[in-house]
Amino acid sequence: MIRITRKIEFSAAHFYHNPNLSAEENHRVFGKCNNPRGHGHNYALEVTIAGEPDPTTGMVLDLKELKEILQREVMDRMDHRHLNYEVPELAGLIPTCENIATVIWKLLEPKITSGKLDRIRLYESPDLFVDCTAASTNGAGSRK
Amino acid sequence: MNLSLTRRYRFSASHRLDTPQFSEAENRRVYGKCNNPYGHGHNYALEVTVTGPVDPATGMIANLVELDPFVEQEVIGPFDHKYLNEEIAEFQSLVPTTENVCREIFRRLEKFSAARLERVRIEETSKNSFEIARDN
Repeated sequence: MIRITRKIEFSAAHFYHNPNLSAEENHRVFGKCNNPRGHGHNYALEVTIAGEPDPTTGMVLDLKELKEILQREVMDRMDHRHLNYEVPELAGLIPTCENIATVIWKLLEPKITSGKLDRIRLYESPDLFVDCTAASTNGAGSRK
Repeated sequence: MNLSLTRRYRFSASHRLDTPQFSEAENRRVYGKCNNPYGHGHNYALEVTVTGPVDPATGMIANLVELDPFVEQEVIGPFDHKYLNEEIAEFQSLVPTTENVCREIFRRLEKFSAARLERVRIEETSKNSFEIARDN
């Protein structure tokens, strides 16, 4: 099996706030991420597809096709947007790295028709990232 | 689908690879320039990976408001700008190779109660990295 990975970068604004908590609790739980005016990040997303290369093309998945899927599903939805207000899939969710990665996984998985979505790694900054892995792989996070 | 969160930290420390189980000549042969009696140092990068359910109230596996001070207290505070051989009690009788540093940091961080520690990975330099994952 071969794994191929493509990386994209997008920039977006967000803040953390749970309407079920008081203002004090929100501040205690979320710290500076609770600033209601929001703040932003340069997100980096690595998308890994696993599969056997097609004998004719020698490719697991045409990277041009993957690029178009990522443009449509992720860039058009999230780049230069406010994640709290402008992404319907995140409505009602706190736009943490965990929730954004889960939404991206669900958007991408059905669109990958050649090979299988194996892992996505979403960096909020160089010092913080979340991995989503397919249930059957042995990467970090797959163990119960 | 499985989810994990990884946070990256940095610390700088010195160490010397030397074991009383070897003679002076053997230590020099086995550890090479890492055996320099005055020690030497690295800028370590530490990756801490946790897993667990995403709390619906916070949208998080682990809240950095809790994880960062815990790692600071258990590892960064004690290790940063220190001589590991003498200033970390566990390394007074154990060679502070990055393998052993990985184990010691995993042991310290395993006490984090809000999520499950899955993996510790350390870059000793940009060329060498070491990692320890939880045994199943």
